[in-house]
Amino acid sequence: MSLELKRVEKKIGQDTHIYRTDLVFKKNTINILLGSTLAGKTTLMQIMAGLDKPTSGEIWFNGKDVTGQAVQKRNVSMVYQQFINYPNFTVFENIASPLKITGINNKEITKRVGEIAELLKLSGMLDKKPNELSGGQQQRTALARALVKDSGLILLDEPLANLDFKLREELREELPKLFENRDCIVVYATTEPSDALLIGGNTATLMEGKVIQYGKTIEVYNKPKNLISAKVFSDPPINISEVNKVGDSFTLLKDSVRWNAKNINLKDGKYKVGIRPHNITTYKEGNNSVEIKGKILISELSGSESLIHFRNANLDWVSLSNGTHQMNVGQDAKLYMNIDEFLYFDESNNLVKHV
Amino acid sequence: MLPIYWLLNMSFKTTTEIINTYSLWPQKFTFENYITIFTDKTWYTGYLNSIYYVLMNTVLSVAAALPAAYAFSRYKFLGDKHLFFWLLTNRMAPPAVFALPFFQFYSSINLFDTHIAVALSHCLFNIPLAVWILEGFISAVPKELDETAYVDGYSFWRFFIKIFIPTIVAGIGITMFFCFMFSWVELLLAKTLTAVAAKPIAATMTRTVSTSGYELGLLAAAGSLTIIPGAIVIYFVRNYIAKGFALGRV
Repeated sequence: MSLELKRVEKKIGQDTHIYRTDLVFKKNTINILLGSTLAGKTTLMQIMAGLDKPTSGEIWFNGKDVTGQAVQKRNVSMVYQQFINYPNFTVFENIASPLKITGINNKEITKRVGEIAELLKLSGMLDKKPNELSGGQQQRTALARALVKDSGLILLDEPLANLDFKLREELREELPKLFENRDCIVVYATTEPSDALLIGGNTATLMEGKVIQYGKTIEVYNKPKNLISAKVFSDPPINISEVNKVGDSFTLLKDSVRWNAKNINLKDGKYKVGIRPHNITTYKEGNNSVEIKGKILISELSGSESLIHFRNANLDWVSLSNGTHQMNVGQDAKLYMNIDEFLYFDESNNLVKHV
Repeated sequence: MLPIYWLLNMSFKTTTEIINTYSLWPQKFTFENYITIFTDKTWYTGYLNSIYYVLMNTVLSVAAALPAAYAFSRYKFLGDKHLFFWLLTNRMAPPAVFALPFFQFYSSINLFDTHIAVALSHCLFNIPLAVWILEGFISAVPKELDETAYVDGYSFWRFFIKIFIPTIVAGIGITMFFCFMFSWVELLLAKTLTAVAAKPIAATMTRTVSTSGYELGLLAAAGSLTIIPGAIVIYFVRNYIAKGFALGRV
């Protein structure tokens, strides 16, 4: 079982929404579409579901061409960012609706709805209407409806984006478990790199209608193919600066930062270095750290992490440290970069050296 | 409230009292006027005719406007915005303008003096209005609801009837109310297009002049009764109307 997109392209009028895309999602995998808004995640999902037709190209499912097939005939489920339930149906009827259509007998329906409701902690709410539920429960209902019918393809379009922080954390932990032991392909669209890392599986990074890179989530994270992929897969945004290599010595930012690194087999010359915010910290981390000075622009706390924006040589930098470190705005500060974690890109923005 | 009070006040008086004395409440309280209306066939058929064509028009308008409003809300097609606006401009012409063409047209196809003739002619201004109101309600429903239903295996019509219509029932309620009201109060077309068989109550009222002049008490009672259907409908849709105002379409 697999889902294949072959040379899929989507244009609306003169605008290209999806550039030529080839993707293969294998059986029993969770696949993450990672990209900012308008990257084309939703369009791509609609094409996969059959709600939208590609302008050119084919979609193959289980070795069959399903490009023109109506969505009703494909065995797919979908969950949206908005909590979409049928407002006039009770929770039970909502979950049961895809089963009712297939004409399964009532006893079987009651049994299966009961099981899935148990799994999603909805058992006590089956007689309520969706608008009597909290946001989290509404989304659980939508998830239950997607899971109840044993579809081969489950599409989740930013399912956690409209939930508040605590509920999001809770449901995000449950999600991968829900798909265990299921014979299906899961596609999960999100704007949050942390979602992708937590869920694992495979990730496709998207930018402006193009699939930049597809592979195992951890590999895409550690070895972003190019600068764009690295940018998509970093939140807060990755710091990028030009760097000069002469021998083992690297110089950054008009000679203000300098370090030596052995074992980097690159020709001398100009490169770009990508430094993820959590590799710039207020404390030394790792064995090889280098100092960077800057003027604090913004210093904010989020949970148990401190986000510090600072300026050095006309570039704005973002750093993310564990623990709470309050710094005064305008103050000159010293931070440390872990040089072992640097990503190097050549002048055409392709990765040349990874961690 | 004063004109309504005065109307009610008059309806419980005799015509003689209305003409000859000034009184804030009926001196000789009487149900005579109402009894006449409910027992005299020429009177109560006027109400029945009116209610008949108004209901017909309401059902026709909503039935035609629902698919149209759905299309305007969900699909993009060439000139959709212009068409949508043009629909509304139909309401800007006074219905009187269309009295003559309707009269001539219905006469020539033998629909003159039938309920359906009046009901259809009222569609002229009620369908655009219904499309306008319903489009607002439909656009407030995310299109993801439609998609979810298709993904679940619903065909379009099954989804439309089982899920979509119940979802926008408030909008349909309001639309019916407005269609009902505009059709109920419209006189000119209703009078022009009918003679005997489908004569509306308003026409009956203006045609009751006896030898002793207008039967004022009777007229007042008939007038009071015309308020009742509207009041009943408002009672049922009062909660929906607030929602409609919130959407800015009422």
